[in-house]
Amino acid sequence: MTRIEHPAPPRDPAEVAAEAERLEKVWESPKGWRYWSDVNNSEVGLWYTLTAFGFLLFGGVLALLMRTQLAVPENDFVSAEFYDQLFTLHGSVMMFLFAVPILEAVAILLLPEILASRDLPFPRLSAFGYWCFLIGGIFVCGSLFFDAAPTGGWFMYPPLSTDERSAGIGVDIWLLGLSFIEVASIAAAVELIIGVLKCRPPGMRINLMPLYAWYILVVGAMILFAFPPLIAGDLLLEMERAFDWPFFDPARGGDPLLWQHLFWVFGHPEVYIIFLPAIAVVAMIVPTFAQRPIYGYTWIVLAAVGTGFLSFGLWVHHMYATGLPSISLGFFSAASEAVAIPTGVQIFAFIATMLLGRVIFSVPMLFVTGALAIFVAGGLTGVMVALVPFDWQAHDSYFIVAHLHYTLLGGMLFPMFAALYYYFPFVTSRELSRRPGVIAFWLLFTGFNVAFLPMHLTGLLGMPRRVFTYPEGLGWDGLNMVSTVGAFVFALGVAVVVVDMLRPRGRQPYCTRNPWNAGTLEWLTEVPGKPWGVRSVPEIDSRYPLWDQKDFVRHVDEGRFFLASAKEGKRETMVTTAIDAEPIQCLRVPGPSFIPMVAAIFIGGSFIFATFAWYWMAVASGLLGVAAILAWLWVGTAEIPEKAEKAVGLGLTLPLYASGPAGVGWWAMFITLLGDATAFAGLVFGYFFFWTIHDDFPPALVQADLVQAEVGLGVAWPAAGVALAVAGWALTVLARWGNRRGAIYAARLVLVAAAAISAAATAALLYAPYAAGLEPTAHAYPATVWILAIWVALHLAVGVIAQLYCLARSLAGRMTAAHDIDMVNTALYWHFMAITAAVHFAVVALFPLAQ
Amino acid sequence: MLRCKGRRSKVPGGRRRLLPASAALLLAGCGGPQSALVTAGREAEAVAGLFWIMLGGAVFIWVLVIGTAVYAAYIHPDPHRDRVARWFLLGGGVALPVAVLTALLVYGLLLMGSLRSEGEGLRLAVTGEQWWWRVSYSPEGGGDVVHSANEIRLPAGRRAELLLDSPDVIHSFWIPPLGGKMDMIPGRTTRLVLEPAEPGSYRGACAEYCGASHALMAFSVEVMEPAAFDAWLAREAEPAAAPTEAAARRGAELFHDVGCGACHAIRGTPAAGVIGPDLTHLASRATLAAGTLPMTRDALARWITDPQAVKPGARMPPFRALGKTRIADLAAFLAELQ
Repeated sequence: MTRIEHPAPPRDPAEVAAEAERLEKVWESPKGWRYWSDVNNSEVGLWYTLTAFGFLLFGGVLALLMRTQLAVPENDFVSAEFYDQLFTLHGSVMMFLFAVPILEAVAILLLPEILASRDLPFPRLSAFGYWCFLIGGIFVCGSLFFDAAPTGGWFMYPPLSTDERSAGIGVDIWLLGLSFIEVASIAAAVELIIGVLKCRPPGMRINLMPLYAWYILVVGAMILFAFPPLIAGDLLLEMERAFDWPFFDPARGGDPLLWQHLFWVFGHPEVYIIFLPAIAVVAMIVPTFAQRPIYGYTWIVLAAVGTGFLSFGLWVHHMYATGLPSISLGFFSAASEAVAIPTGVQIFAFIATMLLGRVIFSVPMLFVTGALAIFVAGGLTGVMVALVPFDWQAHDSYFIVAHLHYTLLGGMLFPMFAALYYYFPFVTSRELSRRPGVIAFWLLFTGFNVAFLPMHLTGLLGMPRRVFTYPEGLGWDGLNMVSTVGAFVFALGVAVVVVDMLRPRGRQPYCTRNPWNAGTLEWLTEVPGKPWGVRSVPEIDSRYPLWDQKDFVRHVDEGRFFLASAKEGKRETMVTTAIDAEPIQCLRVPGPSFIPMVAAIFIGGSFIFATFAWYWMAVASGLLGVAAILAWLWVGTAEIPEKAEKAVGLGLTLPLYASGPAGVGWWAMFITLLGDATAFAGLVFGYFFFWTIHDDFPPALVQADLVQAEVGLGVAWPAAGVALAVAGWALTVLARWGNRRGAIYAARLVLVAAAAISAAATAALLYAPYAAGLEPTAHAYPATVWILAIWVALHLAVGVIAQLYCLARSLAGRMTAAHDIDMVNTALYWHFMAITAAVHFAVVALFPLAQ
Repeated sequence: MLRCKGRRSKVPGGRRRLLPASAALLLAGCGGPQSALVTAGREAEAVAGLFWIMLGGAVFIWVLVIGTAVYAAYIHPDPHRDRVARWFLLGGGVALPVAVLTALLVYGLLLMGSLRSEGEGLRLAVTGEQWWWRVSYSPEGGGDVVHSANEIRLPAGRRAELLLDSPDVIHSFWIPPLGGKMDMIPGRTTRLVLEPAEPGSYRGACAEYCGASHALMAFSVEVMEPAAFDAWLAREAEPAAAPTEAAARRGAELFHDVGCGACHAIRGTPAAGVIGPDLTHLASRATLAAGTLPMTRDALARWITDPQAVKPGARMPPFRALGKTRIADLAAFLAELQ
């Protein structure tokens, strides 16, 4: 079906070279210190990956300190307090600063190339995410050097994390620093989802997508629904810590278990969020070295999607020992067992592919086999701990420490090492050395098993997790010493990899192009690499075009496909339809800019100042951050092109501007709002959770304090708030309608009215709990009502800014009847706001009446 | 390690069953006073049995899967036919796990239902506090509540129900040789049922991270013959014996002069504090400071002098200022509280 003629007529080499030169100039990174303003996925992805790898090394050193402390009983190598900082940071760093970020980093680096796209749809958003990650990561890790690191453990259970005696500023650093990074993670997820759905090459229908893209799609969606509940939880916990709002204090109607639900509804999908993208790399490596297409493509896709869904129904298996009713335990036990099935299908499909091909020995394949050996063992112990009675013994013991490291290192770290060896030539055009690779593998594999296999037994001999020391004579001494030795052998393996990675390779010759003879599009990359991503965006009709499509590489190189040049000097990439990948737009993506970095610094500043309770500084920094983001949007988005459409090659002409669902911005807004609505749902869950644990909710004790005779919040003010919010929504929709029909002035007037009414809605919603005399520190009920009101009010306030932004764009001539991306996206935002306000009203005002 | 199953005989110093030397050696590898594998209670025994079965199955499956992977990757067989791959994927990857997991789940759920069900018996209220255990016994069939701390005694062969809670942070109550753990959550009361089978001395610990001295929050467990237990409980209900030794008498006076009674109770004396552990029969317990120190005079003196040196963050203030002699007197007094 490809439009290329065979045999293709010869092209003028001079013309091809001129095209290439123009293209290279457009995509080149800036030089000197301006290099750091670059936003291209290959640069940002590389910084991101290296930074995450740096955090891995940091987290690893923390682990070595812990293993040193535990080598012998009653050791005093570190103090109890410092040990608590070590394990809290080790878990938090590995999860939040290594495992999740590196998957996003690698996806930012690889995904566009795997999809033969020039870049991700929002390059500046990737850069913003990276700078947030760097700032937040340094802030959280740096706390250790001031003896101020958090000590609550990576699950940060209250009331320990709200206890004034044992929880210092470290907990605030953890909550705010990591929330900041979570926001960046969600931003990356939005970008990756749209990257997969909208930036595929023409012809790459959804069933031809490389498995990597499928996995990233599933993981992006999981991040979107898993991280927001944690952000909601973080918000509640920080409100309790900073302002004494008693969400988790049982003496005032709170409940520590609410945190555990919110944390684990994030925390369990998190495990699969880490696992799936790593296994995705395995799904790319195995076919290459078996030299045949993956077996069971459809099965793997279904299994990945199934794993994604099931992973949201497992969280209670972290809470088997909290005394929940048997019926819940039974349900979650069944779901926890069931998730082993799709996971197994994926593993079996990889092995089946190996059976069908003739496997070539290589270092990446060695790591893949090692990963399988470790992960399958971790999966099997996972099946064990999914059974409630066994978990009652294993829970919070070293058996779990062993289990989780088998799953995470086997399911994530070893595949990432495989990816490192596999994709190193892709990034640097040079291969890593084979012998050190094999040596490193055996050091890592042996070290890992020596360290963690005995821990299963240590745990069953009764050793609890998170102990800074242990008495001798309980049968744990020898086992711990063995584990410590193993940890250091493992560290030696990491050192070998790092040395091989970092040693100068100036004199090492370039590798051949596509050195592994792989079949997927990322291996179109030139040797040495070029900045443009792909010379011309090809048309695809196979899952392995490099293997299957005739003269494919030559045609790409000769610029015979789409967007072979950059005549207008702009960075351009293709946008296609989500299912069939029909080309629908030539997207101009923004180039280098420092604005994302500046925005990240100010937004980061607001989180960091808040940690130290410098609230005015935090607000000021936050406002500057909002200003930076507005400036970024103003100059960098929804630009009106100089012409409506352009010829992209092969006789195809595509529009340069697309608003609504055809454009990527609409999708980004929609997907972000899904995540945002999930966070709101997390808060609403909190409200109903309190209702289930209290006999009277709203509680009598609050009602007694009321001036009015109404129950709880009352109806009048919330009703006014929601009515105004709905009016704000209706006017916004009206403004969009008018603007599109060319009634520009009327639309501007309607926007003014919409902003005024929406601002009034914000005020009314905030006044409601105040008017009702609700004191947030008195009880969990008023605190929950207040937090819901604040959440909705803040969102409406952002909506007001969006309305005013549209007005300003219209006045500045940057938004017209035909070019109305800003207006359409603002209206979309307000659709969600109308729903949010209505749900808020139903929950806080109507629900109490129904009882 | 392949055969460490089986029940535990009395540990330590109890009679051991006659076992072949090798098995005894393996048993030692899985043993220890806090082991979940050499068991002395109904729940722990059932779970250990389940574990060995699951371990066998897991090893078998692991060898099969990884063996196939290694065979495919490194033995370099000729490419197999599609039919082989299909059977492998659908049989090994779908049918087999569905069957195995279903069977396992059903067994696990039935087992869960049978353990920890409602019933009669001795009731204990155990409160986890940073970083010690408040324990009170409500004998079967009524009778006064008996207060103690940092030690659990249970009658062998009888069912005991434990009601667990916490006033400060989340702890988790765990006696591996007897059964699984249960969290102690502020604002909630959780239940645990234990049915010890074998008399002996065991060790329990806090399993949920609860702050600086989480590692030092353990307790001793004595499973006794029922008659011995009843006798012990009757004795535990009695007030403290009067001090006899001269140093102990001086220590008793000091105890009240210094104000120890503000936090600690010693029944039979004016000391009735409820903040710290009940000390009425302190010296009859096997350990001091929640499983951290042996119950000796020296250890008592060390603890009183500087609790934080033993247990980081401990709530009890240091009494170094009293001087060595007076602390020795206090220790002598406490060491007589049998």
